[in-house]
Amino acid sequence: MMDTDDRKERYRKVAYYPGCALEGTGHAYNRSTKAVGKALGLELDEVPNWNCCGAMEVKNVDPKVQTYLSSRVMAIAASEMHADVVMAPCNGCYHNLKKAEYDLAHDAASRDTVAAISAKAGHATYEAGQVETIHALDWIMHGVGEDELRKRVSNSLRGLKIANYYGCMYTRPRHIFPEKDKGPGSDSTLKPHFMDDLLEAAGAVNVDFPLKTACCGGAHTLSDSDLSTKLVLNILRAAEAAGADVIATECPTCHSGLEMHQVRAEKVLGEKTTVKMLYFTQLLGIALGLSARQVGVQENVSDGLEPLKARGIA
Amino acid sequence: MSVAVPARDAVGNSAASAPHAGGDPGVALVGVVESRLAATEALADHQDAARAMLAVAEDVLVDWVAGRGEAPTRATREGFRLLALHRQGAQDLPSFNACRETCREIAYHYNVLCFGDAAGTLAADEAARTRTMMGLLVRHLALFVGGKMHSARVGEFCCASRPLRQDD
Repeated sequence: MMDTDDRKERYRKVAYYPGCALEGTGHAYNRSTKAVGKALGLELDEVPNWNCCGAMEVKNVDPKVQTYLSSRVMAIAASEMHADVVMAPCNGCYHNLKKAEYDLAHDAASRDTVAAISAKAGHATYEAGQVETIHALDWIMHGVGEDELRKRVSNSLRGLKIANYYGCMYTRPRHIFPEKDKGPGSDSTLKPHFMDDLLEAAGAVNVDFPLKTACCGGAHTLSDSDLSTKLVLNILRAAEAAGADVIATECPTCHSGLEMHQVRAEKVLGEKTTVKMLYFTQLLGIALGLSARQVGVQENVSDGLEPLKARGIA
Repeated sequence: MSVAVPARDAVGNSAASAPHAGGDPGVALVGVVESRLAATEALADHQDAARAMLAVAEDVLVDWVAGRGEAPTRATREGFRLLALHRQGAQDLPSFNACRETCREIAYHYNVLCFGDAAGTLAADEAARTRTMMGLLVRHLALFVGGKMHSARVGEFCCASRPLRQDD
């Protein structure tokens, strides 16, 4: 495992791959990630001319084309930016880049496909190991750490009760995340805790939330909205049963799904829930003294200001 | 922790025996599970409720495995048939692992209710909260499995999409 100080230095400035969601429905996540990075002295250098990671749609049609699309982002980071690390805050992008990395390291047919399309497109072919892909949670956890974060908190989250919801793509499938499940200092695929740890350092109280990696039905939002609504409603109810004021998120798809289906559950099923959703970067930003506006709380659908105001945090 | 597999179904019929009436089996499954979970609420004893909810969860996976044309295992893993059924149901289907943690949490909550309550170490409010949470976990499993059945031909879940045109 890499030395802590080496990794801190390595993560100080990273290539930033926001992905499409962070330019649309997840704009508040983009805004708050940049604001928190700046407040913590971390630098983001956006990958120029980045493309779609392949998301679920391309993967469902041809997984090797998805591998190519993700590899192109890493190729630009490695060959044009000479970056060592790509940071993707979106779980879908993070998952797909990690999957591409795994496929290129283990599957000759994937390497052939990527080489052929890259040559045709006229750019360098990405080779496994040229860059390291990390999530925003890794970036802050290893680039700053809990102790340093605790020292920088100027507006403690003061016992705000949080259910940390990681969704599915941050931990699954396990084999594409070789750095996880390595004991102290690494995150767990069974019970991820980096978001819990960071928010606790910011003064929050994490509730015991057994659905932290459960499916939110994101893939079925269009094909079977009722199923997605019921899955989300169950997650919201579990968070409320656990005593949470807020569900902290780190995936724009999950976040949008939780917010939209909370509204839909009330309209279609007559089931009202009151727990609010905030990106973990919004919560960290507020704890670091940024205003709710600076971290984009006004862009959220659910009124995240309400529980913050109730505890005198905002 | 290793535990004995509880007697099946303290409160109702097996989800596997639910009539599908020619409709969508996934939707039927969720309906049956909702009814059976509602019936567990009448059980005064937390341990009885835990056994009944675990039986519902097992039957959800029995339906899933049987729906794939296999004989549901009677084996246990770590003392739970539920975990053995999950392992069987996930063979050659990585995205089914998306409910692995849900199954493990159901097993954990079962243990808390049965052993914590039996030892007298579980406060009344904690027992009630654990019981509520176990019900939500079982419901989530049913929704996930029901959803997979419903959508078996239109795609997979986010964390392990399945190429639809592999044979084209």
